[in-house]
Amino acid sequence: MSGPLIEARGITRVIDGKPPTTLVADIDFAMTPGEFVAITGPSGSGKSSLLYLLGLLDTPTKGEVLVNGVATCGLNEEARASMRLSQLGFVFQFHFLLPEFSAMENVMLPMRALGGRSEAQMQKRAFEILESLGLADHAFKRPDQMSGGQRQRVAIARSLANDPLVILADEPTGNLDTHSSAQVLAIMRGIVDSSRESDRKAIVIVTHDLDLAAKADRRVHIVDGKIAATPE
Amino acid sequence: MNLTFSIALTHVRARVRQTIVGIVGVATGVGFSVMMAALMEGSQNDFITQLVDALPHISVTDQRREPPRQPSEDAYDAAEIRGLSTPVTRPGIKNPYAIIASIEAWGAGAVAPSVQSKAVLRFAGRDTAASVIGVDPRLEIYVSKLGTQIISGSLDDLYKTSNAIILGDGLARKIGARVGNSVALVGGVGRTVSANVVALSHSGVNQIDESQSYTLIKTAQILAGQTGLVNEIRIKTPNAMDAREIAMRVEAETGYKALSWLEANEDLMSALQIRNFIMYAVVSAILLVASFGTYNIISTITHEKTRDIAIMKSIGLPAKLVRRIFVVEGLVIGVLGVLIGWALGLAMSWGMAQVEFKSPFMDATRLPILYAPLHYAIAGGVALLASAVAGYFPARKAASLMPVDIIRGAS
Repeated sequence: MSGPLIEARGITRVIDGKPPTTLVADIDFAMTPGEFVAITGPSGSGKSSLLYLLGLLDTPTKGEVLVNGVATCGLNEEARASMRLSQLGFVFQFHFLLPEFSAMENVMLPMRALGGRSEAQMQKRAFEILESLGLADHAFKRPDQMSGGQRQRVAIARSLANDPLVILADEPTGNLDTHSSAQVLAIMRGIVDSSRESDRKAIVIVTHDLDLAAKADRRVHIVDGKIAATPE
Repeated sequence: MNLTFSIALTHVRARVRQTIVGIVGVATGVGFSVMMAALMEGSQNDFITQLVDALPHISVTDQRREPPRQPSEDAYDAAEIRGLSTPVTRPGIKNPYAIIASIEAWGAGAVAPSVQSKAVLRFAGRDTAASVIGVDPRLEIYVSKLGTQIISGSLDDLYKTSNAIILGDGLARKIGARVGNSVALVGGVGRTVSANVVALSHSGVNQIDESQSYTLIKTAQILAGQTGLVNEIRIKTPNAMDAREIAMRVEAETGYKALSWLEANEDLMSALQIRNFIMYAVVSAILLVASFGTYNIISTITHEKTRDIAIMKSIGLPAKLVRRIFVVEGLVIGVLGVLIGWALGLAMSWGMAQVEFKSPFMDATRLPILYAPLHYAIAGGVALLASAVAGYFPARKAASLMPVDIIRGAS
């Protein structure tokens, strides 16, 4: 695959109000397979808003977002949801796991929604992903029985469930201690580095942790909703 | 298991306290609706039954709706008639047994002749006015409940002696007579008949039991001084509610006034219509309040899951699947609540049926309860609908939001 996995062409997002608020303005962005991109910027600069637009969680007021070459702005919500389910994975600052479900069940949720696998296959895959993230012993625990780092790793496992092209992470280490942050970062780096050549994944991560950003392949700095020169 | 059911059941199982509150809310609404409907409709049916039992379904009497036309009215265009006198004795129904045969022929129902007369009952120096109804015991049992209301003897005991009489137990008590005593009956034309008390009747309505007595038709005819007199034909229709239509046909065919129990109690039936309206209004209000309760509880549960809805949508679960999950959750709570509510309603209805009331005018009675499957179906159906709607609308609202709006709010 040679084209960009996600491409934003002049996207702007304005929230209606008096006065209207511009979250991101006229941004061009592309990420190619195998890339680990960090979006940085001060609080309120629009970095999370950009991530939500790239991840089809929000729709730009102007411009176009292409996922794997497909223009998405004209798609209805069901089609966008289907694209999120099959091609994108999300990790949020707050783990956003379903609290009544075990780690296994949370990881299996996207697989069950997508279909195409038997229950046994889904269980096997969910357990393998959890095991690869060092969570084999916690597979049947609910989120409230796990630590913050463990929950975030389960969220990463869930984002990998349907073998997505791109994983979008919004401050995934924002609530974690140094050790857990390092662990999560290593896992993410590993996901990109270990993906097969024919099926290279990409990760885009929003962070204001400059140490974390420094470990990315590329850094995009946002100020006032616009891409700015990356500070040294 | 299907993903929708799997998520819905996990939610229901995991939030035990909320689920129990939801189920109890639905069950209470359904239970009280069922109990109130059983009580209201039971009491109405009981009221109608008492009305129906107190009178024959149709009473054909020797009266006419309109006074008979005078020959002069037919002969001239205008006639003024003055000083018409009514006969002293009742005319009676002409050819009563031919009329009975004709009514029976087209299947109006069970038919029996009777003679209605008044008399003064005299015993041990006490006089009291009483209705004396001449009946044919072999036919009477098909048109009234008299056969089942006899105490201390039987209806057939009227055949035991030549002038046998059955007294209402209140009437017997009033004059101090017992079975085996001989009482004197003084008829309207002054004729006195000595009659033997062979049995007592008890209808449960004091007004009837203190004033009515029963003899053979022949004895009542002697008392009225009119041999061969039959002044009432009683009809019991297969369905009491058809009495009005059948009475109209009987009246059209015979020319005699045929009064159905519905017409005789028209004022009460009008009151019953108002009562019906009140009953349905009360039961509907209970159902409505219960539905709001159900809606409130289940929609609160759904609202609390707004963040979960955003999570599911951000992962890519379709909005319709998310909505379905909460409808199923509402229905699971609704179904469990309805089942428990039915049991609760049944138990409360049974409990109400055990409450006994005593009245100076009636026998001791229990609250009349109607166990009607329709009540259970309506209460259950409304509760299930409220549960499904309560799951659907909040979930629809949450699912229609862009997930990012909720995620931003949550973070």
